[in-house]
Amino acid sequence: MTPDEAVHRMEPPAQSGQPEKQYLRFSRLNRILHVVMIVSFMSLALTGMTLKFSYTAWAAILSRLLGGYETAGYIHRMAAVLMVTIFILHINDLARRKRREYGSWKALLTGPDTMLPTKRDLKEFVGSLRWFLGMGPRPRYGRWTYWEKFDYFAVFWGICVIGSTGLMLWFPEFFTLLLPGWTINVATIIHSDEALLAVGFIFTVHFFNTHLRPEKFPMDIVVFSGRMPVGEFREDKPAEYEALVNAGTLDEHLVDPYPPIVIRTIRAFAWTALALGFSIVVWIIYAMLFAYR
Amino acid sequence: MRLTSSIARGWLLLASVGLSGGLRGAAAQENPDCLACHGDRSLSMKRGGKTVPLFVDEKKFGASIHASLSCVGCHADLQGKELPHGSPLAKVDCGSCHTQQQKEHAESLHGRAIARGDELAPRCPDCHGDHDILPVKNPRSAVAPQRIPWVCGKCHQEGTPVQRQRVIHEDHILTNYSESIHGEALLKKGLTVAATCVSCHTAHTILRHTDPRSSINRKNIAATCTKCHSQIEAVHRKIIRGELWEKQANSLPACVDCHQPHKARRVFYDQGMADADCMKCHGDPGVRASKGGRTLFVNLEEIRGSRHVRTACSQCHSEVNASRVRPCETITKKVDCTSCHADIGALYQKSTHGMLVAKSDPNAPVCNECHGTHGVLGKRDPASPTFPTNIPDLCARCHREGRKAAVRYTGTEHDIIERYQESIHGKGLLKSGLTVTATCTDCHTAHSVLPISSPESSVNPKNVPATCGRCHHGIEEMFNASVHVTQAGKTDKRLPVCNDCHSAHTIRRADTEGFKLTIMAQCGKCHEEISKTYFDTYHGKVSQLGYTKTAKCYDCHGAHDIRAIGDPKSHLSRENVVATCQKCHPGATRRFAGYLTHATHHDPQKYPFLFYTFWGMTGLLIGTFVVGGLHTILWLPRAIQMRRRFRRKNGTSRPGGEA
Repeated sequence: MTPDEAVHRMEPPAQSGQPEKQYLRFSRLNRILHVVMIVSFMSLALTGMTLKFSYTAWAAILSRLLGGYETAGYIHRMAAVLMVTIFILHINDLARRKRREYGSWKALLTGPDTMLPTKRDLKEFVGSLRWFLGMGPRPRYGRWTYWEKFDYFAVFWGICVIGSTGLMLWFPEFFTLLLPGWTINVATIIHSDEALLAVGFIFTVHFFNTHLRPEKFPMDIVVFSGRMPVGEFREDKPAEYEALVNAGTLDEHLVDPYPPIVIRTIRAFAWTALALGFSIVVWIIYAMLFAYR
Repeated sequence: MRLTSSIARGWLLLASVGLSGGLRGAAAQENPDCLACHGDRSLSMKRGGKTVPLFVDEKKFGASIHASLSCVGCHADLQGKELPHGSPLAKVDCGSCHTQQQKEHAESLHGRAIARGDELAPRCPDCHGDHDILPVKNPRSAVAPQRIPWVCGKCHQEGTPVQRQRVIHEDHILTNYSESIHGEALLKKGLTVAATCVSCHTAHTILRHTDPRSSINRKNIAATCTKCHSQIEAVHRKIIRGELWEKQANSLPACVDCHQPHKARRVFYDQGMADADCMKCHGDPGVRASKGGRTLFVNLEEIRGSRHVRTACSQCHSEVNASRVRPCETITKKVDCTSCHADIGALYQKSTHGMLVAKSDPNAPVCNECHGTHGVLGKRDPASPTFPTNIPDLCARCHREGRKAAVRYTGTEHDIIERYQESIHGKGLLKSGLTVTATCTDCHTAHSVLPISSPESSVNPKNVPATCGRCHHGIEEMFNASVHVTQAGKTDKRLPVCNDCHSAHTIRRADTEGFKLTIMAQCGKCHEEISKTYFDTYHGKVSQLGYTKTAKCYDCHGAHDIRAIGDPKSHLSRENVVATCQKCHPGATRRFAGYLTHATHHDPQKYPFLFYTFWGMTGLLIGTFVVGGLHTILWLPRAIQMRRRFRRKNGTSRPGGEA
């Protein structure tokens, strides 16, 4: 299926000239942050991996393409600053929403839409395994599934671990005022292996969850458009759908779909990121299997 | 029988001596007493199977210079003995009177040969005779000048045991001498003042020419010749500047360089052998050899511009004979440059080139192949093939890939000419025109060219630092104090010399990117493990990507002055390490210097922190992927099922399509 066909299928059947409303899953800020995060993450991965796999021929080529190791270093550090900025903006957004929508951190963190793992997530996880093995129906997932929560907190963990060790590598002269010199070596290992984990996980498992899952194939653009057809929403997150219907607030979450040109732009961007991500995975596998020393 | 009869007569004699000489004591022995027996022509004895005459000619003895001496004066061991005496007698010791001559002879080649027990060595009587010794001035003396050549020639001519069995470097000595100007004067013209053997070699102090005391030592030859040829320098002023005779006698050619010993002839220069005579024929451009037809034309202009402008044709083409209509018809040998350039010739003969020539190898280069012939120029003349900028092309004639020397070469250096031209030395010489830049001969020498395996070769690993140090002296000093030299003998590993890092013919500037990057591989050739661990660190990884700004081996360890870490002068000693880091990291502290620049996470003993961090992280990585991967794989069949269900339901794969 070509993207164009997909676009056409995305189009809801014309009903009295009015396009059908779609469910708005992600806020504008979250969508922008995700796009910026992709840019930042890709830059970090590309520039960082050239160093990690410097023994492969194509690390040298890529390093040249990126403008040499110094330029690559600048890109890496600027992208890292961007990543931390995204992180801060997100926390800031949470604080804002706490004020406006929840009133307290407790309400935000314990409400039905919480990102924190709950007992229900454990149930859904067990239910999912049963479903996978043909021992039960598909769990009725809510707003955030347990794997989405895992991805979300993986970013928290990654930013802390990679960010802190990255700072040490950025300012070794400062950090060795306090720490012994070998901690820089330890930081190098942690930084590089944790980055490998992040890159590997996002470009395989996370990509599968959002793009390669057959029912979403070739890609789910909800994170960029923020919108998903109501039918898809009902199938995918039945618990959330029903909660909204029961509360009678579903209409508050329905918005007009984007015009095709916007969808096409989003798809072009998403395809680029996807291709880049897979290239990096192929490269890593090549480096680990065939060129490892 | 004869002996018995003589003894009987001896007894009679003894009786008469006892009677007549009673006053002088019973032991007195007068010459007549001896001659009573030895005056008998038939007196002889057997010694070692040979009959030895014991006859003493009273007449000859009476005419000899020793006539006034008594027999027992020389045969001292008979003094006071009863006559007739037993045998054998002790050898007569001439030195008891001729002390000085005896001493000289004892120190000479001949004397030392006697001391060694050499049977062929001459003793006094072998030259001087015994009972019939005449004064030297007497023309009939055995050692009168005109007889000297034959005295010496007894041993020193072709076919004698001495000439065959002892190391005598000159050949046909007597023949050559008799044909030389000295020999001719003495033997044909009877000039007794002409030089004989002993005039040059001395009579008793005969020493090897290598002995500095020898009269024929290079240093002494001029003095020896000028004993007769006083003021000879006046004759040579045309060739040799006069003051040099006094000031720098060493740098002058010795007489024998031009006037070969034993062959000295005056025809060398003045007897009609002027260059003009040669040019009568060789000035004609059409003159050709009768055999082979090669041109024999000599371009006088060429010679006039050459280094040998003052050298006469016959000095090099030395076998000419002025008495012939065609003086050059006696020439049998090629020009021998070593008759003047003896030192260089000696070096050349030991070189690969010279040794190949000795084996008559057709590919071996002789003097003129590099230096030219009549137009030979000095190495300072830009037109000379041996001028620095021309040397690569000169050597390339044989050593360029595919040429005659290159095809026999079995070593590892290839395309040497092209590579040299691209090297820093080649560019300096050929592009920048720096004539002080190293050319082929600066490293390989001009005349002592030897393969790298020869211990005497200038490019043998043992000698390479000294060879490079001739120009790069400061580097050599540093290098000689470095661990790569001071460890010699303490390790069985081969230590590197200049070319192991810099290569031989591809030497690049040390500040070029390419060199900086390859140097790590060069260190890694020996320091395998440590270079691997270097490439595990940030410094190494950036270097591996092809950038030179991060620290490379020599940035920390030094290049030529690498010392053991424990050496206080090492760049990495406790005293210096922080300063070394500060070269790139201005804020570096002692703690900073604790960074492990050769860290590996594969060694739990040495680097437990790194080892466990690495495996901790790897465990986390594998764990996450196993869980994530399993979750995804298990999910896959259900997801495909879902897709099919949507398709069946509404002809689209997506759940949203149904709406």
